[in-house]
Amino acid sequence: MAIAIALIVLVLVTVLFHIFSPWWLTPIASNWGMIDGTIDLTVWVTGFVFVAVNLFLAYAIIRYRHKQGAKAHYEPENKKLEIWLTAITTIGIMALLAPGLFVWAKFVAMPEDAMEFEVVGQQWEWSYRFPGEDGVFGAVAARFYSGANPFGLDPDDPAGQDDRLVASNEVTLPVNVPLKVLNRSKDVLHNFAVPQFRVKMDMVPGMVTSYWITPTRTGTFDVLCMELCGIGHYLMRGRVVVAPEADFNQWLGEQPTFAQTQEQTTASAAAGEQHYVTCAACHGAQGEGNPQMNSPKIAGLDQSYIERQLHHFRSGVRGASPEDTFGQQMAGMSNVLPDDDAIASVATYIASLPDVPAIAADTENEGNISRGKKLYQNCAVCHGDNGQGIWTMHAPRLAGMSSWYLSTQLEHFRSGIRGTHKTDQYGQQMVAMANILNDSKAIGDVIAYIDTLDQGQEDSSDTATGRGN
Amino acid sequence: MEQVAIADQHDEHHEPTSFITRYIWSQDHKVIAVQYGLTAIAVGLIALVLSGMMRLQLAYPESFTFINPIAYYQFVTMHGMIMVIYLLTALLLGGFGNYLIPLMIGARDMVFPYLNMLSYWFYLVSVLVLVSSFFAPGGPTGAGWTLYPPQAILPGTAGFDWGILLMLISLAIFIVAFTMGGLNYVTTILQARTQGMTLMRMPLTVWGIFVATILGLLAFPALFVSALMMLLDHVVGTSFFMPALLSQGQLTDHEGGSPILFQHLFWFFGHPEVYIVALPAFGIVSDLISTHARKNIFGYRMMVWAILAIGVLSFIVWAHHMYVSGMHPWFGFFFAVTTLIIAVPTAIKVYNWVLTLWRGNIHLTVPMLFAIGFIFTFINGGLTGLWLGNVVVDVPLSDTYFVVGHFHMVMGLSPVLVIFGAIYHWYPKITGRMFNDTLGKLHFWLTFVGAYSIFLPMHYLGMLGIPRRYFANLTTDFIPESAQDMNIGITAAAIFVGLVQILFLINMVWSLRHGKPAGGNPWGATTLEWQTPQTPPAHGNWGPTLPVVHRWAYDYSVPGTAEDFTPQNVPVSPGHDTEDEEART
Amino acid sequence: MNIIVLFMVSVMAVFVWWMVLQRVTAKTWLEQGVAIDPRAGADFQYSHRVASKVALWVFMVVITALFLLFVTAYHMRMHLGDWRPLALPGTLWVSSALLLLASIALQAARHGASNNRRSLLLTGFILGGVFALAFLAAQWWAWQQLSAAGFLVASNPANSFFYLLTGLHAVHLLGGLLVWSKTAGKIAGGAPVASVRLSVELCSVYWHYLFLLWLGLFALLLNT
Repeated sequence: MAIAIALIVLVLVTVLFHIFSPWWLTPIASNWGMIDGTIDLTVWVTGFVFVAVNLFLAYAIIRYRHKQGAKAHYEPENKKLEIWLTAITTIGIMALLAPGLFVWAKFVAMPEDAMEFEVVGQQWEWSYRFPGEDGVFGAVAARFYSGANPFGLDPDDPAGQDDRLVASNEVTLPVNVPLKVLNRSKDVLHNFAVPQFRVKMDMVPGMVTSYWITPTRTGTFDVLCMELCGIGHYLMRGRVVVAPEADFNQWLGEQPTFAQTQEQTTASAAAGEQHYVTCAACHGAQGEGNPQMNSPKIAGLDQSYIERQLHHFRSGVRGASPEDTFGQQMAGMSNVLPDDDAIASVATYIASLPDVPAIAADTENEGNISRGKKLYQNCAVCHGDNGQGIWTMHAPRLAGMSSWYLSTQLEHFRSGIRGTHKTDQYGQQMVAMANILNDSKAIGDVIAYIDTLDQGQEDSSDTATGRGN
Repeated sequence: MEQVAIADQHDEHHEPTSFITRYIWSQDHKVIAVQYGLTAIAVGLIALVLSGMMRLQLAYPESFTFINPIAYYQFVTMHGMIMVIYLLTALLLGGFGNYLIPLMIGARDMVFPYLNMLSYWFYLVSVLVLVSSFFAPGGPTGAGWTLYPPQAILPGTAGFDWGILLMLISLAIFIVAFTMGGLNYVTTILQARTQGMTLMRMPLTVWGIFVATILGLLAFPALFVSALMMLLDHVVGTSFFMPALLSQGQLTDHEGGSPILFQHLFWFFGHPEVYIVALPAFGIVSDLISTHARKNIFGYRMMVWAILAIGVLSFIVWAHHMYVSGMHPWFGFFFAVTTLIIAVPTAIKVYNWVLTLWRGNIHLTVPMLFAIGFIFTFINGGLTGLWLGNVVVDVPLSDTYFVVGHFHMVMGLSPVLVIFGAIYHWYPKITGRMFNDTLGKLHFWLTFVGAYSIFLPMHYLGMLGIPRRYFANLTTDFIPESAQDMNIGITAAAIFVGLVQILFLINMVWSLRHGKPAGGNPWGATTLEWQTPQTPPAHGNWGPTLPVVHRWAYDYSVPGTAEDFTPQNVPVSPGHDTEDEEART
Repeated sequence: MNIIVLFMVSVMAVFVWWMVLQRVTAKTWLEQGVAIDPRAGADFQYSHRVASKVALWVFMVVITALFLLFVTAYHMRMHLGDWRPLALPGTLWVSSALLLLASIALQAARHGASNNRRSLLLTGFILGGVFALAFLAAQWWAWQQLSAAGFLVASNPANSFFYLLTGLHAVHLLGGLLVWSKTAGKIAGGAPVASVRLSVELCSVYWHYLFLLWLGLFALLLNT
């Protein structure tokens, strides 16, 4: 008896939960309202069956529960009833399937005039490509990937020269324009998903997958990865800005073409050396750092990392927090560099400095190395097993760098001083990762392990700084 | 093959005498069944603890240093793989299959007892290899239970080196073990049925196990093939599944392979696997319902045909797991149709369970409660299957918590409820003692209501678009903060339900000594396993002569009989015959 | 995937067809007594010999499924563009002949066993194993030739599949040889013919099967 009542209550609870649940489909922002329609229909049909069958079950239990002297009815089968039930079920199934297949046919039928754009996935970031004026994407191949050519475009393919490259996790798309989304992956499986758009498709290395969509609402939407792609899967975020077509066109015009990204910059180590004089005051002539001045070692870092951080300091992405005194000093110092070329030059110069041992701080680190080693596994996927840094991951070298500085930065990431700015894509990932070090000892343990890493590995330092070109 | 089979000859000298031959290197199907069962439950408890830790992380992110992303993805993977393969498959087929097949069809043992013993030992080795990956450098694999390449064997995924290797090896050993067991089950059912036990007189439990075993024998090779090829990609550097790609900034040596090929092979195994678990559960639950409602199973023939239809169809629906995998979208039409067709025989089974209760004489015993609980959760999980099978509905929902809620409801919770019901149902036969009824009922209520409140809300988180396999949800513009409250609620329920299982373990152990003696047939059941001369059944099961079957397995409450059940081996009484015949038509 | 789906569906179709022969439509609740058993009713006797044969046949279906899955994968992988067909060494013709001889020898042994001709049984059975070993040696030699010529396992998917398929076939033959060695020991030790008849019969069936399987694989490798 109790079980019958429980079934009725559970049916009731389920229905009420459904009705009052604040969690349902996010407001749609694409043309796929028909999918929502199919879902609504499915809710009604399956909901009805759920309620009906379970209430009948409860009723049967109440009515035919064991009573003294009762005997069950003997009925091996009832052909008529079974045929009826089969027929009704079949009709119900067809009622779900027919609209479903109808909508799927629309999904499969790519509009001819759809504007193409490409999403590129890699561990753990997004980037985007538009075909440029000629409307044709240049050829790509895995063997062309390098630091200077992160999209892997064939440099000799004329069709690729005008491709617009968006080396950021944020893309702008025009509203009310049918889009053909091409998905490409550089490494493992990913899935470019915007819940408000409803449709998605895996990106598979070695092939290009596609679907189409028409954004119908302007605004900014979160992009999530929806196919497990390694331990940074949950950090693989991006943003889609849906804007009026004119705004989109203006934005697209501001994106560099492939040819532009391949032009030689005027940056030179020689010019950088001039600028470096200012830096040397704190960071040392060899970039060896100076704990007394709270200046970390910078020799041994790769150019792209230094360049990115200098830009961050200049634009207030980093060093803006009043709690970050030395960051604020650095933000001030970065303004000494007059322009982007100067930043590129000084970064080139610093990257060319020979590796020197970091100046150790006075404090002894007494972290637990074996625990640190376990935790470091999480760091190693981006910073490398030997802490050598990996350029595709945008992860700087850790081994042989100033460990007191690493420790401070981990604290900063954890406390929201660094990496929380919305344009600091990798900083945000680092915040999430630093947050796993959530007891007082954890940071010390990891740093203690990093201190033991052998930074001098010839082959791996190639990976760290050699940018493949 | 030269082993002396004891299915047809009762040889007193065959009976093992020492502890070792009786309980360790045993060739008795009942002992092997218990070995399988205990091993599966032990490894299942590990998987249960892993799920608890995952839930802790999701409810209280950034609170536990030892649950970091690497560890989390390892928990996810090992939880899934253990539960699906090493617990559910092993327990339902290796455990219940082994125990029940010979007893239910009136055989003395499996036809190849030695092979049967080997099967268990191979299974144990596969479990040990799997568990050893926890101690391997880098820990177990964190590739997700689907083990998709390329990431499964590339840095960036936990255990990409040793963990995945041990996982693949363990799976290969498991498949060998399963094949040895499966050959035995199929041959025993085909050949060793006692006199009068025609196929259509077999209890549905045997039918479910029979068809599931055939599915397993044909489907596990697909897993073997994909595991072996991935092993070669990983160890030898072939390119079956690996295209040219970048790994941590370096171009790998692989070229030209197809990750989708792996997915096809994996799911060609993976979908039948769902039915390898579900069909024995369907069969068992039919018998529980019929026995405890004192009524014949409604539409026996339809039930058998439905099992067969599901078995056949299960081989042509696999790609509904791959609607968004990047395979050609045209396949969506075909697989949506086949998937929804399979719902028809499945629905018929549900109707027939309910209709068996209708006009029955329902004894709300612990096994019956679990069976009813199963019907409820299976209806829920089956219906959400219609959502995900219908390709357009799947596209927004795939890889969200909706999927997690669905498959836990339909192939996690539902079979587990059946397994509990079955353990309670056959416990008196296995041990000779009754379990504690109060504890059993308490266990049911807390598990049933608790587990439902774990998995129901997950569907709604999924509707919202919360992705599965996320270490932490961080912040997004579309996930309200209330979702995190729900996560805490789900975790509380999950940990509660996990702890409740202690009641079950206590009951099982306590009743072994202190339970009331059960007698041979405490439920008044018709099937042969309840008609053994001794309880627990002795070696050889049947004493000097094999039982002879005179009727189908569901003669409950037949009009004109004094008792409300007539066991299968009761001969036809001449006087009753005609009257009986009339009443039946 | 067409190949394997076709196979699975036909296996299941045969299974269902056989079910229908087993009176799967019978209303068993209306039928009482033992006589309805299609297996000769009350006289039914379990036969270990038949059971072993059934098990072997089921096992061979499973192996077929396994190899067809590889063949399916082979076909799908073949069309991905980087496939360079492998020039098979002539040694494979020799090994095919050896496996055929092994099969014939075991057939002779089986004949000897059923007619109680002990010497034929002994010679045939031993020769069957020896030829099988020679087949394995020839396969090994073919591997050596290929790898010496630079066709390594990882250098092209065609090569990978060649090594994989031949290797797996060899493993199945090795499993057979394990059973063979036990029975051969018994025969050589003078066990009565009747006690080994079943094993000899099962070995011969398995050998024929592996020969046919090899022919199938060889044909596939030759033509692609």
